[in-house]
Amino acid sequence: MTDVLVIAGLALRESLRRRVFVVVVALTLAFGALYTWGASELFSDVSGFGIGRLGLDPRTLAGATLLGLAMFGTLFLGAVLAIFLTLSAVRGDAETGLLQPLIVRPLSRSHYLAGRLLAAAAVALGYVTIVYAAAVLVTGITGHWWPERPVAAGLRLMLAVVVVAALSLLGSIFLSATANGIGVLMIFGAGLLAGLLGSIGDALGSGTIQTIANTASWLLPFEALYRDALRLLVQDVPGVTGAIIQLGPLGGSHDAGPLLLPWIAAYLVLTAVAGAFTFGRRDL
Amino acid sequence: MTLALEVSGLAKRYGATHALRGVDLAVAEGELVGLLGPNGAGKSTLVKAACGLVRPSAGSVRVCGAPAGSPAARRTLGYLAELFRFPGWASAEELLRLHQRLAGSTGGVDERGELLRLVGLADASQRRVETMSKGMQQRLGIAQALVGNPRLLLLDEPTSALDPAGRRVVRDLLQELRRRKVAVLLNTHLLSEVERICDRVAIIDHGELLAAGRPDELARPSGVEVDTAGGTHRFDGATRDEVPAIIERLVAAGERIYEVRPVRSTLEDAYLAVVEGHHD
Repeated sequence: MTDVLVIAGLALRESLRRRVFVVVVALTLAFGALYTWGASELFSDVSGFGIGRLGLDPRTLAGATLLGLAMFGTLFLGAVLAIFLTLSAVRGDAETGLLQPLIVRPLSRSHYLAGRLLAAAAVALGYVTIVYAAAVLVTGITGHWWPERPVAAGLRLMLAVVVVAALSLLGSIFLSATANGIGVLMIFGAGLLAGLLGSIGDALGSGTIQTIANTASWLLPFEALYRDALRLLVQDVPGVTGAIIQLGPLGGSHDAGPLLLPWIAAYLVLTAVAGAFTFGRRDL
Repeated sequence: MTLALEVSGLAKRYGATHALRGVDLAVAEGELVGLLGPNGAGKSTLVKAACGLVRPSAGSVRVCGAPAGSPAARRTLGYLAELFRFPGWASAEELLRLHQRLAGSTGGVDERGELLRLVGLADASQRRVETMSKGMQQRLGIAQALVGNPRLLLLDEPTSALDPAGRRVVRDLLQELRRRKVAVLLNTHLLSEVERICDRVAIIDHGELLAAGRPDELARPSGVEVDTAGGTHRFDGATRDEVPAIIERLVAAGERIYEVRPVRSTLEDAYLAVVEGHHD
């Protein structure tokens, strides 16, 4: 296992020395400042509204929508980070000659992949944890609204980023860096669009659209995790407020069911086996 | 005695392209073997197969008795690729430390210092790779390949970016390695280097081994030249033993002899004869 840590350390140092983190931190601080400003303005705007005749709670509606938006932003930035840390791990690095000096060492190829995944997952998980926790705190402090299950929702968000990192690492075995980066980002976008389609299907009660969205969710489970995280934030909000939140574009109307987490575990194992098998047979 | 490298019937096919067609080659411990051939001959593929970077389509490769690509084989070899790159942000010292950890070397700072000294980079240990010239990076690559005291060194065009002084450093290093009983397979286009330092030469083209032997065996005597008052006479195919008879004949014919030179074909002549003969 030592060689896994050596490769993970190498990938982490590469990110630090290349100042990837400096750019990420700067952009995230800008995102955080805008979010804090927006949240404080929105809660200030709705602070004068009471609970209406239909039972609509504007503070809960504003808080859930804002935090749903923050989760989307966090997932997107975390996914971009995970993709950029893995997109050239195999074929891209082999094409530039970075990989061969490492692989001829007594280092198994599956350990190399594990090290790269470990580094990407550690960075992306740390990032998602900090940004998501900050968003929950900002939403709670500025609007006095706290989600129902923030930890469970956050864990799903983290798992979603790990799934994206694993897919990007698998793609790097077959595709050059640019093609892999574009491909995984397009898959990521397609997955989120399928999720939105699912929300529309839920709102309209369309079985066909729901089937399409569900199929996409199982094939690209980061999307299912994101929608499940949204659900956990607001699933117990009662009445009209709950109905409106759940049917909105950042709502949590979709319940993936108890098989989601076992499927994620199986999905990650299958991805790892596919990666180890194909990389093990690849000429460099 | 276990061979450092044993290649038997090695074939490699990429789709319809045959990169190697049943190559046999052996490198003994401490032997320095030059691998020659035109571009696309299959030299790099052979070296990569020995490293375990490519999987043979047929045949076998063993490194110090272990199947190529196995952890045991990789523990005994060092490799510098023709196309290589090291992380630009790393210093020479950091790069060698990384490879020490991957190779399981316990040499520590002493080994790193010794290797940098061997390749003439003792003063550049803290210098980042991205600030080094291509020639310095190539020498650093050789130092990297030597981490962990390999018994077999596979060098693919290790002097392509070096100036004459750098080539001399590498030449001296290879001779030092021979003294230390490290086997070297040197893939290069520089025939003069091979002729000067290699114990044996293997010439391959179109994936086939065309010739192998000592450089002086391949570069055979090809005749005698005699300078006389009447000009230079060339006796193609004549050997050193025939020189007295040639002189007697010329003197009898009234020629005045100024100089007699045995003519040897160079390794380049031998190489071109083998490769061009194969193309015909």
